Amino acid sequence: MIYLDYNASAPPRPGVVEAMQSCLTRLIGNPSAVHAAGRAARQGVDEARRQVARLINAHHSQVIFTSGGTEANSLALLGLAARAGFRGRLLLGATEHPSVLAVGQVLVRRGMEVDWIPVDASGRVDPDWIRRELRAGLVAVSVMHANNETGVLQPIEEIGPLCRAAGVPLHTDAIQSAGRLPLDLATLPVALLSISAHKLGGPKGVGALVVDKALAIEPLLVGGGQERNRRAGTENVAGIVGFGVAAAAAVAAMADEARRLGAWRDALEADLAARMPDLHIFGRDAPRLPNTSLLGWPGLDGEALVMGLDLVGFAVSGGSACSSGKVRASHVVQAMGAEEALGRSALRVSLGWDTRAEDLQRFREGLTGLVERLRRMSGPLAVGN
Amino acid sequence: MAYNDKVLDHYENPRNVGSLDKNDPNVGTGMVGAPSCGDVMKLQIRVNEQGVIDDAKFKTFGCGSAIASSSLVTEWIKGKTLDQALTIKNTQVAEELALPPVKIHCSVLAEDAIKSAIQDYRSKRAVGGS
Repeated sequence: MIYLDYNASAPPRPGVVEAMQSCLTRLIGNPSAVHAAGRAARQGVDEARRQVARLINAHHSQVIFTSGGTEANSLALLGLAARAGFRGRLLLGATEHPSVLAVGQVLVRRGMEVDWIPVDASGRVDPDWIRRELRAGLVAVSVMHANNETGVLQPIEEIGPLCRAAGVPLHTDAIQSAGRLPLDLATLPVALLSISAHKLGGPKGVGALVVDKALAIEPLLVGGGQERNRRAGTENVAGIVGFGVAAAAAVAAMADEARRLGAWRDALEADLAARMPDLHIFGRDAPRLPNTSLLGWPGLDGEALVMGLDLVGFAVSGGSACSSGKVRASHVVQAMGAEEALGRSALRVSLGWDTRAEDLQRFREGLTGLVERLRRMSGPLAVGN
Repeated sequence: MAYNDKVLDHYENPRNVGSLDKNDPNVGTGMVGAPSCGDVMKLQIRVNEQGVIDDAKFKTFGCGSAIASSSLVTEWIKGKTLDQALTIKNTQVAEELALPPVKIHCSVLAEDAIKSAIQDYRSKRAVGGS
């Protein structure tokens, strides 16, 4: 199988599984225990905390380990909302991950006001729109660093100073960019940042929220006071250690990977565009992650593409979902204003640390053949053909 | 979503993809669905002098389950009389392909396509006076 679905999950980087195995057998103590076994486990967690902090150039005390990216996003937004007594207003990006969208819906039910920040056709929010909406009563602004479907980067460096000047905490979901692009909290003007281990080659089930030291957030989980009273529960020691090893490996390989994957992604897109004149590349005009490509062809069905590619040994994702007979484009491509016939065809290809040049060579052959086959099967029935 | 082996088989090796001459008086053409809101199926039958469907072809725009549903019914209706073909129900298609609830509409489209093709054939014959 050729795996091209790194934005869904990345295979563990070299050293991660070994470190976790050793942890599971050797670090048997509870990190909160005072004895030697407890101290050894604590040391494992502390070392990982430093490795994760280095990924984003934060201080290790700012890192709150969570069960993953979803919990980090929940902790950030629910934690800020709870501190405000569930009163006031939030601005959330229209193309955020479901783990932010759904929290927004919960907060509306709790009586808060939520406004969705629109994006342009390339998927970017307009900092001026946010500037106009910065009024009293604003509890938080959340805009993702890179979009999971398109890879499009948001202008966080412009939004951050606006929020900071207005005294409103800015949260960014950096789950897709961490480990792929340099992130430096000394210069990136955000108050809270979410990351996930398994997107950068660590284990599933662990992530982190990185919080500005001056900011108090209400915890979701209370109990034994772990993570400086910000997230109770005995630490997932093996997962956290695996996260640390993956973060360190991602930092070491980042520049090389970004260059290599970016060149391959660009070549793939150029080659497919030359072969298929009606190919649409979502967010192509915007700055994007180097590893992600969201492709579309009006008149093809994204689900049939994903299934057909799976059958010939390629793992990729679609951007649409079928609900009771109506195929809907994802909220991301809808927010970008894509036509329904184009939106339902969206296919996401995402590369990563273990992708090889020949994988992409075989992928473009497989994809070209499948597109031709599906077109023969639908004839002129489809819109856009 | 996990797919049943039969869906995969029909998707990978669809039976009877293609077209028949829609102007042939022995051919009935059914077109169902709407491209703006989902899947579209075109099903064609050719009926011999004994009133038996001796050929069937389809073209489908849609997901794997839609393709599999149309491929399956072309197999089922071949060799059947029109009245026999009209007894095929979407539930049989859904059961054969083990379609999940969100894909039941694909089997409904396939049943509708059979009815639509037979209706087209019968109205042609009525107008032709034979």
